[in-house]
Amino acid sequence: MKLNLFLLLFIFFSKFSFAAEKNVDPNLIHKNLRCLVCQGQSISDSNSDFAQTIKLVVKDLIDEGKTEDEIYEFMSEKYGDWIVFKPQFNTQNSLLWILPYIALIFGGFFIFSFLKKRQ
Amino acid sequence: MQKIIKIVILFIFIFVIGIFYISLTRDTNYNTSSLINKETPEFKIISFDDLNYYTKDDIKKNNYTLINFWASWCAPCKVEHPILMKLSQTKNLVILGINFKDKEPQAKIFLSELGNPYDLLAKDKNGKHSVKFGIYGIPESILINKELMIIQKFVGPLSVDDYNNIIKIIE
Repeated sequence: MKLNLFLLLFIFFSKFSFAAEKNVDPNLIHKNLRCLVCQGQSISDSNSDFAQTIKLVVKDLIDEGKTEDEIYEFMSEKYGDWIVFKPQFNTQNSLLWILPYIALIFGGFFIFSFLKKRQ
Repeated sequence: MQKIIKIVILFIFIFVIGIFYISLTRDTNYNTSSLINKETPEFKIISFDDLNYYTKDDIKKNNYTLINFWASWCAPCKVEHPILMKLSQTKNLVILGINFKDKEPQAKIFLSELGNPYDLLAKDKNGKHSVKFGIYGIPESILINKELMIIQKFVGPLSVDDYNNIIKIIE
């Protein structure tokens, strides 16, 4: 009886964890990948040959258990950062990520000192 | 305060001009040259006659290997074909042709009419293998050395200059 209960729980939880692992939305990935042979379209929007191939590969990578980030990393490795609509943080594009924060800090400081001077 | 404002405006102006300059002078032709000097990806691709598979081990034996993605429906592939035929006569180079999303009878007709430059012939029916090599259109060719490093990538049909470049590398 105890063994049956254990097996039942094991199957339930293993299925649950498997479902959690599988929870990668291919459509979301397609929307975040750029169709390189199209004019400003994502893989999701495009019916081009290239987009069809990428969709197949994304499906395979999900089936292999790759996470969303791992799939973006794989695509960036093969086609460069340009394929991902939201580029990952690295030394080449660090300025792109850091500059808005620098602008915010300097802007805040500028406004603060301007207002202080007026008072 | 006036001085700071002037410096900030000047900085923003230089920044905007800089961004415009970089964007307008950048080569807009997309290429996957980032794969150069990287190791050949793992692959297991079925031969054209369905009899066996080709893997990295098959290109390890060669001094240089040129992987060429082609199809019978691809007009630029016909343009580069004479170059491949010439390259097939060189000693130091093995050409692995990967027939991309093609129909077998048409591919056979293509090779019988124009000649078969390939030492090894494989097929990529749904194009999945092409992604491993960063291919986004055909024809594309990849030159690999004995250490299995990608040393050159040719996007589009091989030209006479590309031929001379390959010959220079392999000899």
